[in-house]
Amino acid sequence: MTGMTAPLRTWRGRVAVGLLVMLALLPWYSPWLDAAGIISQRFALTVMTRVVILAIAASSLNLILGYGGMVSFGHAVYIGIGGYTVGILTYHGIGSGFVQFPLAILLSALLALAIGALSLRTRGVYFIMITLAFAQLLYYVAVGLEAYGADDGLTIGRRSDFAGLIPIRGPNKFVAFYLLSFVVLLLVLGLVHRLVNSRFGMALRGTKSNDARMQALGFPTFRYRIVAFAIAGALCGLAGALLANHTEFISPAMMHWTRSGDLIVMVVLGGMGSLLGPVYGAVAFLLLEEFLPAALAMVLTWLHAGLTAVLGAAAAGDLDAWLKMAEYWQIALGTILILVVLYARGGIDGLFGRSRHG
Amino acid sequence: MTLLIEQLLNGIQLGLLMFLLAAGLTLVFGIMDLVNLAHGSLYMFGAYFCASFSAWTGSFVVGALLALPAALLLGVLVEVVVVRKLYRRDHLDHVLATFGLILIANDLVRLVWGPDGRRIPLPAWLSQPIRLTPDLPYPAYRFAVILVGAAVALLLYWLVGRTRTGMWIRAGASNRTMIGALGVNVEALFTLVFGLGAVLAALAGLMAAPIVTVSIGMGDNILILAFVIIVIGGIGSIKGAFIAAMVVGMIDTVGRAFLPDLLKSFLSVAAANTAAPAISSMMIYLLMAGVLVWRPTGLFGARS
Amino acid sequence: MADAMLKIDSLIKRFGGLVATDSLSLEVEPGEVHALIGPNGAGKTTLIAQLSGFLRPDAGRIEFAGQDITDLPAAARVRLGLARSFQITSVLRDFTALDNVALAEQARQGHSFRFWRPARADPSLREPARAALREVGLADRADVVAALLSHGEQRQLEVAMALASDPRMLLLDEPMAGMGPEESARMVELLRGLRGRRTMLLVEHDMDAVFALADRITVLVYGRALATGTPAEIRANREVRVAYLGEGDG
Repeated sequence: MTGMTAPLRTWRGRVAVGLLVMLALLPWYSPWLDAAGIISQRFALTVMTRVVILAIAASSLNLILGYGGMVSFGHAVYIGIGGYTVGILTYHGIGSGFVQFPLAILLSALLALAIGALSLRTRGVYFIMITLAFAQLLYYVAVGLEAYGADDGLTIGRRSDFAGLIPIRGPNKFVAFYLLSFVVLLLVLGLVHRLVNSRFGMALRGTKSNDARMQALGFPTFRYRIVAFAIAGALCGLAGALLANHTEFISPAMMHWTRSGDLIVMVVLGGMGSLLGPVYGAVAFLLLEEFLPAALAMVLTWLHAGLTAVLGAAAAGDLDAWLKMAEYWQIALGTILILVVLYARGGIDGLFGRSRHG
Repeated sequence: MTLLIEQLLNGIQLGLLMFLLAAGLTLVFGIMDLVNLAHGSLYMFGAYFCASFSAWTGSFVVGALLALPAALLLGVLVEVVVVRKLYRRDHLDHVLATFGLILIANDLVRLVWGPDGRRIPLPAWLSQPIRLTPDLPYPAYRFAVILVGAAVALLLYWLVGRTRTGMWIRAGASNRTMIGALGVNVEALFTLVFGLGAVLAALAGLMAAPIVTVSIGMGDNILILAFVIIVIGGIGSIKGAFIAAMVVGMIDTVGRAFLPDLLKSFLSVAAANTAAPAISSMMIYLLMAGVLVWRPTGLFGARS
Repeated sequence: MADAMLKIDSLIKRFGGLVATDSLSLEVEPGEVHALIGPNGAGKTTLIAQLSGFLRPDAGRIEFAGQDITDLPAAARVRLGLARSFQITSVLRDFTALDNVALAEQARQGHSFRFWRPARADPSLREPARAALREVGLADRADVVAALLSHGEQRQLEVAMALASDPRMLLLDEPMAGMGPEESARMVELLRGLRGRRTMLLVEHDMDAVFALADRITVLVYGRALATGTPAEIRANREVRVAYLGEGDG
């Protein structure tokens, strides 16, 4: 089975497999982390479930952005559609996941088809802006939905019920839901992998490289782009359905344009057009968001201690004033983002060696 | 009838504010081909600068006049340190790097001015209503905003349409390689245009400040509206930005003023009050989508 | 003349005040190499763009193999067998030479809504693609990313891609553009080898190449056909000499 061991032959492959194994085994080593006092199991699972779900959303964006060159600046709208489908159905007493999830996927796909049909006629920055406009349109629809909480959103009373197959309450709820999300991520990654290497995927990647040439080769490129756009919307809607279950809450903020910006950041930070890139991006982005304040506080404490040792306590000043600086971690995040754009175009995946195919 | 006139004036006022914000954005976009998401942050900085300077000097007008050169300095600084490196990159890089600038800007404001919003008090002569006709009172400040906005719009029209610098700017918007061939110092022109955009954005921000609260992230949502405006008008077109800003200002104001009553005839009062602002916002995005489907490069846009 | 491969009838294309194609009528016979020459700005590239479906003409009619294709989109024309190469090299730069040609083969085989099997492991795509690369002399460069190929090699790849779609007719927009003498000679040999097997409409500035390859030549000036004839006739045509060859060939 050389096919199974092939990823392990490069550093790039080893890192990818290593990350997926780490994610897969989290429920089994997180109690150990908890016991060691590093991080509570509940917190680790909560954070990483969010990471995994947003990795699904970012992977769906990667399909059209990384492989199809379509800079959709409204991708979070499908998270919203998926989430609202689950939330609204639960609100009206339809709690079955077997109804909610397929419907979330279907509605997201249909919406993407409609948005794509209108947006894909435009190019460049007009495309960026029209996808943003449609997302804002839907955002304001959600804001206007008085019955479902308008601006404030809606708390979901209970999670999607998969005929009792997945525990939705009790102590195992968090582990079970994490594993469910992780399996969905694996399936989505597998699907994207097959898609981008199939004939369809080659056609899609060709349109990214040179759309006019693809037309001159006989590809009606619009059709391939819009189908990819709809698939990406469907997968992102799936992520939205999971997210609503995870937070047990939906609100228009799920599809605010800055959330779409976050998704783009994840894809580019991780490495565009590489299969695992969005996963790295989601891990890096959300862990930065979660732990950058603590990391900054640690660095500041060291600096303060160093300064006290060298210049004395008077010169170093109050440690609390120093630690306050850690609250402004977004300055560090923004700086990292700009540095990545200016100096590290391959993203995180690019650090582990170049991809063999463009 | 007086309500209608008042709302029309409000629409013009909002439209002019939006135009100031959009004009800088469309110039930067048209000439440097730069998508600057941080333009809304310059708007926010304008408001905060004005808040500090007017608290310090005790005068809103002096504070405003001091805030503009401060915004110019900030704009030039941002251009030289970060933005200049982005011109040769693609739009996706612009979106990401300037998204990073937004994160920095919002936290920087929180660091300097604290997390709470601020109100800028107006001098007495600006805070009372004036009577346009005996039975039509209108807030003096909003009227002043209309006058300043219209004056700046005319000034901009003259600057871009009648002066040599304006000629370079127009040449740059339609053909970037040509201005280099004309012997213009392109780097300096770009810095100048970015600085000008920053001043216009700051002016819009500080004029909006007494009407809305000065707060962190105040530029983030209005930025998207400004993008909608320049896309409807056609990127690089000042004229297009003006027309689109007026239309958007009108739709937003008139929609918010009259839709609730309209909706109350078939919705509950609470539902109508929630839905009306949402629907007027939606109408703006629908307008943009419609324009782009009909004309993929906007009303007055040349390039894609 | 009813069985012309390509029939252009009173074609008009304006850009503002400029008339780029001015009531142009032209016929290309099956199997012939028809060259289109003319000074810069004569409307050659505009014409190719209209024939391949990248520009809509304002008036007139284009017929290919007896079918009206005036309003057909670009991709549909390729599927009817009318392929083009580009003046400015426009291969897919991030793809290998083999991937480029395999994509052309993929397009020829019909729609690409096949989502599961890996395309790069599909012999029905790879074999014909390798054959096309052999035909243009690029067999040993198959796995090189197109961006890294030399200019001449990229032009050869362009032709291989046009060939892989197995067209009945090739629209070649300045295939020798930017080539050195050696590369040009190789390209002329390559096109000479295709002669008789494919109908070709060739736009080219290199007069030596045109006179070596063409069965018939049309001279285009200001969007109009000034003259059409065999190379000998064109060489002898006084009007053409005055309007074009006199200054262009010197």
